Amino acid sequence: MEKFKKIKTIVTPLDQVNVDTDQIIPKQFLKLVQKSGFGKYLFFNWRYDENENQKQDFILNNKKYKNSKILVTGDNFGCGSSREHAVWALQDYGFSVIIAPSFADIFYSNCFKNGILPINLDEKIIDKLKNESGELEIDLENQMIKTDSEQISFDIDTHKKKILLEGLDDISQTLQFEDKISEFEKQSIIPSVL
Amino acid sequence: MGKTLFEKIWDAHVVVEKENNPSLIYIDRHLVHEVTSPQAFDGLRMNNRHVRRPDLTIATMDHNVPTNDRSLPILDQTSAIQIQTLEKNCKDFGIKLFDINSPNQGIVHVIGPQLGITLPGSTIVCGDSHTSTHGAFGALAFGIGTSDVEHVLASQTIWLEKPKSFQIRVEGKRKNPQAVTAKDIVLSIIKKIGTSGGTGTVVEYSGEGITDLSMEQRMTVCNMSIEAGARAGLISPDDKTFDYLRNRQYTPKNYESLVQNWKENLKTDPDAEFDKTFTLHIDGIAPQVSWGTNPGMTCDISEVVPTPEDYSKGDHNQKKAAEKALEYMDLKPGTPITEIKIDRVFIGSCTNARLEDLIEASKAIKGRKVAKNVRAMVVPGSQMVKKQAEEMGIDKIFTDANFEWREAGCSMCLGMNPDILSPGERCASTSNRNFEGRQGTGGRTHLVSPVMAATAALEGHFVDVRKLDLN
Repeated sequence: MEKFKKIKTIVTPLDQVNVDTDQIIPKQFLKLVQKSGFGKYLFFNWRYDENENQKQDFILNNKKYKNSKILVTGDNFGCGSSREHAVWALQDYGFSVIIAPSFADIFYSNCFKNGILPINLDEKIIDKLKNESGELEIDLENQMIKTDSEQISFDIDTHKKKILLEGLDDISQTLQFEDKISEFEKQSIIPSVL
Repeated sequence: MGKTLFEKIWDAHVVVEKENNPSLIYIDRHLVHEVTSPQAFDGLRMNNRHVRRPDLTIATMDHNVPTNDRSLPILDQTSAIQIQTLEKNCKDFGIKLFDINSPNQGIVHVIGPQLGITLPGSTIVCGDSHTSTHGAFGALAFGIGTSDVEHVLASQTIWLEKPKSFQIRVEGKRKNPQAVTAKDIVLSIIKKIGTSGGTGTVVEYSGEGITDLSMEQRMTVCNMSIEAGARAGLISPDDKTFDYLRNRQYTPKNYESLVQNWKENLKTDPDAEFDKTFTLHIDGIAPQVSWGTNPGMTCDISEVVPTPEDYSKGDHNQKKAAEKALEYMDLKPGTPITEIKIDRVFIGSCTNARLEDLIEASKAIKGRKVAKNVRAMVVPGSQMVKKQAEEMGIDKIFTDANFEWREAGCSMCLGMNPDILSPGERCASTSNRNFEGRQGTGGRTHLVSPVMAATAALEGHFVDVRKLDLN
């Protein structure tokens, strides 16, 4: 996984609560067997009409936000299905940071496996950020969001921060504990399936 | 201080623990399906890794399998490729697969318990959020993303921050348990605590309202824990649990000694404390029907579609969400729920497609026919459920009434196979999510119990099923 670097772009405000993963990536696109290429299907049913023409009133279709890497949105973002395709689509489209008052658990966890930084902030601050016209700088190292006029700090679990900053591969880290896993298996009472 | 059931299972599965860090948790059962696994197997191949414990891993195909004649080829090429990919992956990595022609094929959360693979006190993961279903057996079971699927395949473990514990007590007795079902209990809970009310927690359901339920009804409740945002739902195992799992195809040989252990250990201590609690009294609850685009947007059958103001109780964001939902659902506030006309009925899904669900739904039919202009389908949760139902003649009750009787799979719960709604169609569905476009782009979903769905099929609109003779 690539290391998470400082990001500076304008924000894309998606002013909605409970955005579920079925909206982020509709099911008809879950049949691919690779991880790449999901960006073009991101928010598909909100982005395109039945003839696959862009819906002009949907925020992602506004050219102004074309190079934005920061999505600012509402409560409970990423609820519903566990599909990691939702994160792959956001990442492939170009988002690296998602700011919301809260995230669904599985989605939140999936973000860190793919180099996306989800930031929890108070709703009042988010309302302000949604209307921020200038660029935002996201500095994960110092846990700081900088706007033209102020600096906002955010919380993140140390372990998760490290994963993003160092671009760590979870599995190779885990396999260092192979002895402990084997030890655990010796005393487990739950038998094999077969 | 005592421990909760969740803490006991957690503690028994910690492999590595460091303060203020996630713990490495051992996984006893890994369930795999075709949609969320191909990229995980690819990752293993790229890094030259193997599956650590194929003997703890079981695969089936459920999400995109067609539910018509199994002898026909799969027409959708991308679905066919995904299914072939799973077959190849299971063969290459030595994993037991219940393929499309297996008598054990079915929705992964239906077959796990039916085959005795789901066990109390175990940890179970699957790349599917409704893995919470297995919590009905006192297992700590939760959905994971594809990266974690790969992680579990490679290491049989997962890094997890310890969730908080959330006790939901369900007190009292339902007045009319055939009309007011487990589905109505769980929808009532979600309506009250909201779709993020359980975020960051593992819910333990307890109280008379839960212990009264059969195992299949308990699965319906735990299944929808995720719709309240909870990672998992748990119910302490009792004799009903142990009886259900006895003598299944994959029930462990030393089952009785395991039961002794579970009886002693798998309950919350009386002096244990939960991080959060909520109590629902069910004496007076009514059958539920969802009106909006998330499972919390639900009301009693006897109510009317709410105004955004009434629903949101002063919350600006929720008001906006309700306005958007009403527009999408094409519903006007003040419309009685019983006057909402439907086009389609879907009885199926990991929430409500077990044998009892089908029996309960069939009781509403009584020789009548599906209403003109309504298309109704029954999709059993597994091929085993289908066979049992056919042995009992349940299929005949449905087909005589002009319901379609189909092969097992996830089907129209998420519409990855050909079973989908057309734009604008309105469906009474026994599934778990009424998100925009979930059952088909532009389709409108109302979440209900099996008996409510069957009755709606006959009448063409929702009916207060408490007024029916359901014996």
